[in-house]
Amino acid sequence: MIAPGIPRAAPGPPGPAAMAFTFAAFCYMLALLLTAALIFFAIWHIIAFDELKTDYKNPIDQCNTLNPTVEKVKKIKRVKIALKLVLPEYLIHAFFCVMFLCAAEWLTLGLNMPLLAYHIWRYMSRPVMSGPGLYDPTTIMNADILAYCQKEGWCKLAFYLLSFFYYLYGMIYVLVSS
Amino acid sequence: MAQPARPPTGYPSQNGAGQQPYSNGPVQNQLMHSSDGQGYSPSVPGLYSHQTPAKVPPHQTSGQYNYSGSQNVSQLNNYQGPGQTLNRPPVAPFSGSPVQQTGPVPQVLLPALQNSAAISSAGSFPPGASPPVLSNWQYSQTPVSQPVGSQTSHLAHMTGTGSAQPPSSLSGNTNPPGNYQYAASPGGPPLQNSYMKPGSAPPPVTQPLTPLHPPARPPLGPPPVGGPPLIRPSTLTAGPPNTQSLLNSAANRDGDATSAASDGSVVQNSYDAIEGGGLMATPHPSPAPPNLKMNRSVGYSYPTLPPGYQNTSPPGAPGMQASALQYPDGSKHFHQPALGTNHLTASMGGLSLQQEGLRPVNLLQERNILPMTLLKAPVPNLHEDIQKLNCNPELFRCTLTNIPQTQALLNKAKLPLGLLLHPFKDLSQLPVVTSSTIVRCRSCRTYINPFVSFLDQRRWKCNLCYRVNDVPEEFMYNPVTRVYGEPHKRPEVQNATIEFMAPSEYMLRPPQPPVYLFVFDVSHNAIETGYLNTVCQTLLDNLDLLPGNTRTKIGFITFDSTIHFYSLQEGLSQPQMLIVSDIEDVFIPMPENLLVNLNENKELIQDLLRTLPQMFTKSLETQSALGPALQAAFKLMSPTGGRISVFQTQLPSVGMGALKSREEPNQRATAKDIHLTPSTDFYKKLALDCSGQQVAVDLFLLSGQYSDLASLGCISRYSAGSVYYYQSYHHKHNPVQVEKLQKELKRYLTRKIGFEAVMRIRCTKGLSIHTFHGNFFVRSTDLLSLPNVNPDAGYAVQMSVEESLTDMQVVSFQSALLYTSSKGERRIRVHTMCLPVVTTLSEVYLGADVQAITGLLANMAVDRSVSATLSDARDALVNAVIDSLSAYRSSVLSIQQPGLMAPYSLRLFPLYVLALLKQKAFQTGTNARLDERIFTMCQVKNQPLVYLMLMTHPSLYRVDNLTDEGALNINDRTIPQPPILQLSVEKLSRDGAYLMDAGSVMFLWIGKNCGQSFISQVLGVPNYGSIPQNMTHLPELETAESMRTIAFISWLREQRPFFPILYIIKDDSPLKSSFLQNMIEDRTESALSYYEFLLHIQQQVNK
Repeated sequence: MIAPGIPRAAPGPPGPAAMAFTFAAFCYMLALLLTAALIFFAIWHIIAFDELKTDYKNPIDQCNTLNPTVEKVKKIKRVKIALKLVLPEYLIHAFFCVMFLCAAEWLTLGLNMPLLAYHIWRYMSRPVMSGPGLYDPTTIMNADILAYCQKEGWCKLAFYLLSFFYYLYGMIYVLVSS
Repeated sequence: MAQPARPPTGYPSQNGAGQQPYSNGPVQNQLMHSSDGQGYSPSVPGLYSHQTPAKVPPHQTSGQYNYSGSQNVSQLNNYQGPGQTLNRPPVAPFSGSPVQQTGPVPQVLLPALQNSAAISSAGSFPPGASPPVLSNWQYSQTPVSQPVGSQTSHLAHMTGTGSAQPPSSLSGNTNPPGNYQYAASPGGPPLQNSYMKPGSAPPPVTQPLTPLHPPARPPLGPPPVGGPPLIRPSTLTAGPPNTQSLLNSAANRDGDATSAASDGSVVQNSYDAIEGGGLMATPHPSPAPPNLKMNRSVGYSYPTLPPGYQNTSPPGAPGMQASALQYPDGSKHFHQPALGTNHLTASMGGLSLQQEGLRPVNLLQERNILPMTLLKAPVPNLHEDIQKLNCNPELFRCTLTNIPQTQALLNKAKLPLGLLLHPFKDLSQLPVVTSSTIVRCRSCRTYINPFVSFLDQRRWKCNLCYRVNDVPEEFMYNPVTRVYGEPHKRPEVQNATIEFMAPSEYMLRPPQPPVYLFVFDVSHNAIETGYLNTVCQTLLDNLDLLPGNTRTKIGFITFDSTIHFYSLQEGLSQPQMLIVSDIEDVFIPMPENLLVNLNENKELIQDLLRTLPQMFTKSLETQSALGPALQAAFKLMSPTGGRISVFQTQLPSVGMGALKSREEPNQRATAKDIHLTPSTDFYKKLALDCSGQQVAVDLFLLSGQYSDLASLGCISRYSAGSVYYYQSYHHKHNPVQVEKLQKELKRYLTRKIGFEAVMRIRCTKGLSIHTFHGNFFVRSTDLLSLPNVNPDAGYAVQMSVEESLTDMQVVSFQSALLYTSSKGERRIRVHTMCLPVVTTLSEVYLGADVQAITGLLANMAVDRSVSATLSDARDALVNAVIDSLSAYRSSVLSIQQPGLMAPYSLRLFPLYVLALLKQKAFQTGTNARLDERIFTMCQVKNQPLVYLMLMTHPSLYRVDNLTDEGALNINDRTIPQPPILQLSVEKLSRDGAYLMDAGSVMFLWIGKNCGQSFISQVLGVPNYGSIPQNMTHLPELETAESMRTIAFISWLREQRPFFPILYIIKDDSPLKSSFLQNMIEDRTESALSYYEFLLHIQQQVNK
């Protein structure tokens, strides 16, 4: 998918391109695209929890779609991380943080650090689970947890939307300034 | 007199009983009655039977019924504390002080008027003595005898706002001493004991009846300024006067000893409130069609105090003070015009409430706050007719019987709002309705219930979402009375607890047959304990008693490091064992005959059960492959669903789900770092799979060593099973556990069971469910998936107020349990509870149910200790007390007094929380082993409230001097009722014998100098020294003492479904420490004494 393409770009030296198409600009463009995907994920997340709250879906099904299922991982013997939202979201975000690190965009990186830290904390403190995933079907219906997850979804949506525009601005700024 | 005549409009709901035996009272009563003799509701069968008598002339002549021509007959509220008044002789004469009038002028009563009936009605009332009244009185009570000690003073205030009544008329009515006046209204609920008063129009009387207790108290008569009168906000529009009477029960049902002592007279404790409401009035002020039903169902909430709230007299000057207290307030009350407007009355009501029911108790000063009888649930402050229909508190209970109107108010009160349910409790009487259409609300799917309102005959309004629904044609016909056109008399509308036979729309698949699968651990360790003998024998004995029908299926699996299946194919001469040794990928060795029909293969099954214990005696296999065995069991069961019973004796060590020992013996003392969370999610995931296939797993853990119940327990927790734990089970070394296993297994095997169940809890719009507690899987915000449901499981629900409940007088909760019975019928059991909504903090405190609060907090604390740490949970418990008491202090108490003040309703709160802190689940220190602690937590989550309370705060009785005084009489057996003592060593004396009832276990502690007669006549041994060390049975001797003791103990045992073992302990018994550990008011090495705890709380509260 996208992932294999990027490492190829990464080693490319940030040599001065004709159109001032620097590595930083590339990072911003990539981040722009990925953030669009994350926005989609966040919306999906919000809808999923809303459905749960309003009773349209069985929490077992819900958590199975939200968590990559163990069986799948086992059956398909490849270590292919099931593209099931949570983990991909975290990985994508971590990925362009690394990109910004490489591009030495310190300000952007700094802005993303809190979310990165939050993601790490969130994953470390997940319930006991044999597979990857965050959500436990037995506790998710607890009103506090449900409300927390919903709030989390909205906050992330807001964050991604803002960062989308920030990346757009950053990309143009980099392109223009160089 | 108009007496016999009923109001033309008919008064369906209230009077219905007489005409309609089935749907109304009796059934319900029996139902309510079933659990224990103590009356739960005042409406006992007796009540109805007396209804008729009440109308007959004798009474009439006595003049107790007052049928004034007034159209508005007042209604009364009859709140009687359960069980209080029974058999008591009527109390000494009291004077009824007629008070009156609209005018603020309280009528002065002359003491001389004692016994005068305060009731006068417009003209119709013949002044006269009414001896019969007495009897009436008593009938309305449940026939339970009251323990001697407690008593109540009866103080009734009736205020009428009607026209002023000349005092003379009042004086005319005198009752002979000892009688209470009764004003009865024709249509009135035929409750004896009721004070009724003609309502609005003709000048009703306002009469504060103040029973005087001549011996002890001087008539407090004059200005009937009694406090307690609460005004109930009536929704009536115009002017029906609001009258109320309050009985001020001095002793309240909790048996306040002190007051009892002071005035020797026994008083009824009933709590009647009269309401001059238009309830029965024909011309009803309410805009609605004159359908009385409707009135009944909505909106009258009368903040009358349950007896328990009144009269919290300090030990010093009990009776007097209490009554004196009331007077001042009463005057206010009288002054109050009977406004129909809700608002005003409500606020006034609040006022008086504050003064009386909320009379704070200074916990530091009043030591004897523990009631002498078991604490009853507070009675919601509803109109008596609604309350009569309300759900039995044993089935459905709310932490706050007055629901706060807004979340802000709830937050201010700092008390948890929640429900405690025991939905599948064994009931001796349960109305079952078979009907092709089950009437439910079209929008919220609520089942029709007693609290809906009928707008007219063809339409009803849902009490949860307020949608107006049509009454189906079929519902118009009442099968019980065979009358057409009385939908409000159908059993569905007359019973808060009812069961429907569900038609096929309620089935996703044909009802499953009962399927039971037993999974036995047969490793070396398991064989050592010898449990297999006991279990197989018990199973063999109860094979015919397993609930089921001709379709019942049964199967067996055993496992050590491999899994053994048993083919019970028809035609085989003996069971065939199939061994599967591939535990990594378990499969079912043959497609059928592993689960076989119980009836058709009984011999083969019996054969297997007989041989099974011997089959593995030489086994040297020490490994245990529990995980794979469970997977195999799941595969076997998944096509049908059913129940898996797993017997496990050690830590699972091979295959999926293998666990490692996490307990470090030296570290179990430290509160942090103990392993309460599961170490793997294997069991949880398996349980969810089971739940999806309608399979429940019950775990019997018989283990000497650490077995990681925290992980194993998940298998039962999420599949709605139950957990049983027998620590250090051994057939020779631990015979007590063997007996316990036998008894509990017998109950387990023979109890009722419901398969493929779901339970939904609905509540009035505005309230929402926050969290569920118990063993189940939550499938959606209000739906629990219960593959199996058993009668011994309780559930708790935390609620929150999402939208403010403005304009609502009452809210309702409904739990509907849909299940397949063991006979293969699909049934729905519906419980509905109705509670009033209040707007002030003081009323919220007034209605607090301390036991339910404790139960809910315990559940929350278990969650907290799993999600955070044990010490967090303990802090949260202590903070719950501190917060609620300081909120009470700062927001409700107007005068800051020194000491630790608690509302009367919460006076036991610190004690119960302290008891929780000292309970195995939450205690600190080295006493509790990890598995034991976790097992106790499982019990907290899964036990119904009654047993949880006993477990937390055991009852202590002195049994060496039992007498028949105040004894109960049940089925010709005399059951002594000793008072409950405080749990403090200070209460123990060396020359007594004490019984401690801790729910699942009882201790009989014999003091060193215990009377010789007790030792020889009850224990059957010559002297103290010869009492055997491990005595667990009392011999049945022919002596009176022995019979009394045994009657009492077996009565306690009969009240619960499990079998509490009785340990007889002496001073040097090893079990003495567990006995003393339950002395929660005393200090222990690591925990505070009750007094120290109070001081600590006080310090925090006063900060």
